[in-house]
Amino acid sequence: MERVLLPLLIPFLLIILALFAWNTPRVQRLLAVAGSSALLLAALALLQQVQRSGIAVTQIGNWPAPYGITLVADLFSAIMLVITGVVAVLVAIYSLEGIDENRVAHGFYPLFFALLMGVCGAFLTGDIFNLYVWFEVMLMASFVLMALGGERAQLEGAIKYVILNLTSSALFLSATGILYSVAGTLNMADLSIRLGEVNSPGLVTTIAMLYLVAFGIKAAIFPLFFWLPASYHTPPVAVTALFSGLLTKVGVYSLVRVFTLLFLTDVAFTHTILLVLGGFTMVIGVLGAAAQYDIRRLLSFHIISQIGYLLMGLGLYSTAGLASTIFFMGHVIAAKAALFLVAGIIRRVGGSFDLRRIGGLYRDQPWLAVLFLIPALSLAGLPPLSGFFGKLALVRAGLAQGQYAIVAVSLAVSLLTLFSMTKIWMEAFWKPAPQNAPAQNRPAGFKIALVLPALLMGLISVGLGFLAEPAYGLAEQAAGVLMQPALYVAAVLGGVR
Amino acid sequence: MIFLLAIVIGVLFTVGLYMMMRRSLTKVLIGLMLLGQAINLLIFTAGRLQRASPPLIPLGGDQISQSADPLPQALILTAIVISFGVTAFALVLARQTYTVLGTNDMNELRDTDIIPKYHPEIPPEEEEGY
Repeated sequence: MERVLLPLLIPFLLIILALFAWNTPRVQRLLAVAGSSALLLAALALLQQVQRSGIAVTQIGNWPAPYGITLVADLFSAIMLVITGVVAVLVAIYSLEGIDENRVAHGFYPLFFALLMGVCGAFLTGDIFNLYVWFEVMLMASFVLMALGGERAQLEGAIKYVILNLTSSALFLSATGILYSVAGTLNMADLSIRLGEVNSPGLVTTIAMLYLVAFGIKAAIFPLFFWLPASYHTPPVAVTALFSGLLTKVGVYSLVRVFTLLFLTDVAFTHTILLVLGGFTMVIGVLGAAAQYDIRRLLSFHIISQIGYLLMGLGLYSTAGLASTIFFMGHVIAAKAALFLVAGIIRRVGGSFDLRRIGGLYRDQPWLAVLFLIPALSLAGLPPLSGFFGKLALVRAGLAQGQYAIVAVSLAVSLLTLFSMTKIWMEAFWKPAPQNAPAQNRPAGFKIALVLPALLMGLISVGLGFLAEPAYGLAEQAAGVLMQPALYVAAVLGGVR
Repeated sequence: MIFLLAIVIGVLFTVGLYMMMRRSLTKVLIGLMLLGQAINLLIFTAGRLQRASPPLIPLGGDQISQSADPLPQALILTAIVISFGVTAFALVLARQTYTVLGTNDMNELRDTDIIPKYHPEIPPEEEEGY
């Protein structure tokens, strides 16, 4: 029972402790590593409980469900929490070196924990208005993390990020207002029942589309992604890795949640839109990446491209499709975060993020080349890494439903992703260093706190590949629960209905 | 009354979105604030409009007969608090951006959108804390 609350209470406690340790950055740094490890353990405990005894529910203040606020952890939520925990621990380790004293002195760590609390809250809540509140907690923290440091590019990126995300929140809130006036409830389980009984399917579909746009902006799907490549490359790499691992994925999580629990009145219409948007998102993301020379911007476009794959599984709306989305989520978060962390090390060792300015890293730093190659090939989908199995599962789910067009698009985009990764390889590692390249700086790059997280993320990617069978089995179990909203409803409302 | 409010909400949405499409950063923020007000009114209307009867169950009775739904009003209260915090942050961010970048024109804020030019001779701008 109380295991559901832990992923919220731990970050909350950490915020308070970090504020007490305001003047001792060292304590804050250690607190971050220890605290996020505790979060990971709590998430694992929750996952184990959910796996053993089904959906875990807590009614806050003992107000019975649909009146109070409900926290629900089904298998999908629990898996997402575990992923959050892993990203948090590794980014916390990377931040030991990757975040400078100045940023820590201005409150990096309290904001880091606030972001984690918002993300965990969004994964756990069973109330749509409460989801809005958690989104705002997460956004507020991310706004400040984005601007913290106050460099020119950061401020400019933050302006775009803040305005577009506030617009998305505004749409989310108005959709929730209209939803309440239609269904008269905000509890998602209760909504799931009542939306089925509403007599005007057109109105429900309209609300569904409002949510699609609101969450679509957060998840950076086509054609709502423009804020992402304009802002994600501006903060320090540790922050970008955290954002790429968690923020857009909360958008995808919310899309999955509302389109498997609430808006099922017109699946043929709404989920086809999701599928088409998924296809466009993949293509636009990877094509956008082709033109880039800044490693971080290039990787930012790949975030968008990979979101397309996640949408594809949701758009297929079958157990296999959703299972591959969940599996792919684990894969892409690990691979993406690893690539961003490696980009940070490349910057330290090579002296620049700009591929045109650096080169010859393979000859000087072969270990870095290996560190880059594992997640890069995984992202492109080469066996035996996790990306291959994620894409295989998606393709098989697509073929099973006869959606040949999206399967073809996803395979073509895979090839282009490989091209893009080859570009980084050729430019940064293979080609000789340009004449006046920034001085190579080996000791600055080889710090255990920087290398270890990137290495572990890469190993997770390899591990997910070799343990694809049990991992996919877990994802399939989670997808099975998602495909039966009645289970969720019964767990939340229990005896009320 | 609902008809009147519907028009007010529509006008607020229109004005808000129009302001958001202006080039001045200040006007964009004003647009966001107006949008927030429009949404608050929208939620308010969603809770039905009733005059002069509080949402209390009369003594001896067991249900409310004629009154507005109090829940949306609680939601609005939450939304107002959140938008207050967010707006305060956005204003400070806008001011800081103006101080550092020296411009208030959204059209000139495109350094993070374009691919930076490559001049081998000119060293890149120094960044910290990567």
